[in-house]
Amino acid sequence: MSLTLQEVEHIAELARLTLSEAEKEEYRGQLSAILDYAQRLLDLDTEGIPPTSSVLPPQSVLRSDEIKPSLGPETVLKNSKHTKDNQFQVPPVME
Amino acid sequence: MTDLTQLTVKSTLALLKNKQVSSLELTRAYLDRIENLEPQVQAFITRTPELAIQQAKAADEERAQGNLHGKALLGLPVAVKDVLALQNVRCTCGSRILEDFIPPYTATSVQRLLDAGVVVLGKTNTDEFAMGSSTENSAYQTTHNPWDLERVPGGSSGGSAAAVAARLAPVAMGTDTGGSVRQPASLCGVTGLKPTYGRVSRYGLVAYGSSLDSVGLLAQTAEDISLMINYMAGFDPLDATSADLPLSPIDLPQEANFQGKRIGVPKEYFIEGIQPEVEEQVRTAITHMESLGAEVIPVSLPHTEYALPVYYLIAPAEASANLARYDGIRFGYTAEAENLLENYKNSRGTAFGAEVKRRIMLGTYALSAGYYDAYYGQAQKVRTLIKRDFETVFEQVDVIATPVAPNTAFKIGQLADDPLAMYLEDVFTLPINLAGIPGLAFPVGFDHKGLPVGMQLLGPHFGENLLLEMAHAYQLSTDWHMRVPTGI
Repeated sequence: MSLTLQEVEHIAELARLTLSEAEKEEYRGQLSAILDYAQRLLDLDTEGIPPTSSVLPPQSVLRSDEIKPSLGPETVLKNSKHTKDNQFQVPPVME
Repeated sequence: MTDLTQLTVKSTLALLKNKQVSSLELTRAYLDRIENLEPQVQAFITRTPELAIQQAKAADEERAQGNLHGKALLGLPVAVKDVLALQNVRCTCGSRILEDFIPPYTATSVQRLLDAGVVVLGKTNTDEFAMGSSTENSAYQTTHNPWDLERVPGGSSGGSAAAVAARLAPVAMGTDTGGSVRQPASLCGVTGLKPTYGRVSRYGLVAYGSSLDSVGLLAQTAEDISLMINYMAGFDPLDATSADLPLSPIDLPQEANFQGKRIGVPKEYFIEGIQPEVEEQVRTAITHMESLGAEVIPVSLPHTEYALPVYYLIAPAEASANLARYDGIRFGYTAEAENLLENYKNSRGTAFGAEVKRRIMLGTYALSAGYYDAYYGQAQKVRTLIKRDFETVFEQVDVIATPVAPNTAFKIGQLADDPLAMYLEDVFTLPINLAGIPGLAFPVGFDHKGLPVGMQLLGPHFGENLLLEMAHAYQLSTDWHMRVPTGI
């Protein structure tokens, strides 16, 4: 199968990635080759086979609802370049 | 005085315990060796000499006071792969997007080793977000294989494997999502354990493929790993997928005896295209175990050929979701765009490397509307078939023996432009992560170029102890694991 440039641009948009024209072209070819290779999966009959969601039997992860200490705002914000009044600051979402 | 940096973990711990050497002397010996050899090997992204000296001094004080509080690894230097968080030490994951990221907490696996007394020498190189088989995808440097500096060390835990091979650390932590502990261990001639999924907490391991990621160890010997793994493993309430099962002591054999052990040899792992010397050395090792009492049984894992496409749909799908957190806002590189959407896209487009973007694109496609059932859904079903193959075979045998990688270490740059060819290097390691079972890689010989050949033993869920016991028996009767690279 061969991805079109429009499909590559659509995926990049979904993935929130700005790509150069050269990258788009490169990924178009490489992703097409990888997806070609993956076509062999479609030949397998998986009727009635459940998908693997976890390799181990699911276990209960419930715990009692107790308040425990967590990282303070100054620690959590330390790695951000955009903070204001103890909060993250983001560029405008809409005009 | 013997060169301290050539010793195993076992010998090192004995010297520390008997106060024949201090942790400070030992740590300085490693820091000096790193200083001398790092320009050639480039195993570390971040070195932590000040922290190491401080931890070593503290360890020596504790030992002098005689109050060890069960700290069995007190004063032992280790290297830590740079995808595991260590509080207040930069964690880059081999990515520009985390160039300045200082984790505010420590991964459980790292913390447990610290609680047992280890000293951290530094953070080792990795393919960006552990995506790769050569460390060439690191945004910082390519690590060089100590056996031949023109060749890759494997990946993604290539920095850890090269550090152990070059004796820059006696032991190193690695992570394995599709072979990232075992393949570099094989290419660098060291021993590497990928434990059962859920055996070691993933808390503080920067997520790549969450249903596949495992934290493991690389060292000179299986015995060294057996001395450490139970300090790192075990239930962690901070990781909902960590197994709430007790750890059992590892009972290493005193002699090289394989009586009563049934070894399965799957025909699907000895295929055309594998380097002949790899097959030859692995078969010789199996025959060696047979001559010491093992029963060798031909077995079949019929869905093996599907593991590669299944992995390269599931792992990128999980990665595309996990890496959505890099938004250019809360941490990491930011592009300073005019609006939020452009900030997301430009931050990620600029600071992620080519392989990471490739896998995010692939995973996004496999999860997208209209393709989900055909790709991700079908891959999850075939994953069940792969897992069942192993379950069926483990009804007949105790362990499975296979090559780790189809080829010995390849040249830097050789596969860099062909992602599919690079992915094929993982063909024998990926199925193990898809099934969540443990795998142990160790050296079983060399090819004519003098490059190490590795074999892996695979076991059922929570069967890592048997793997370590059998590899120890093999290492009692061979000396491949004691060979050291002479070119550096």
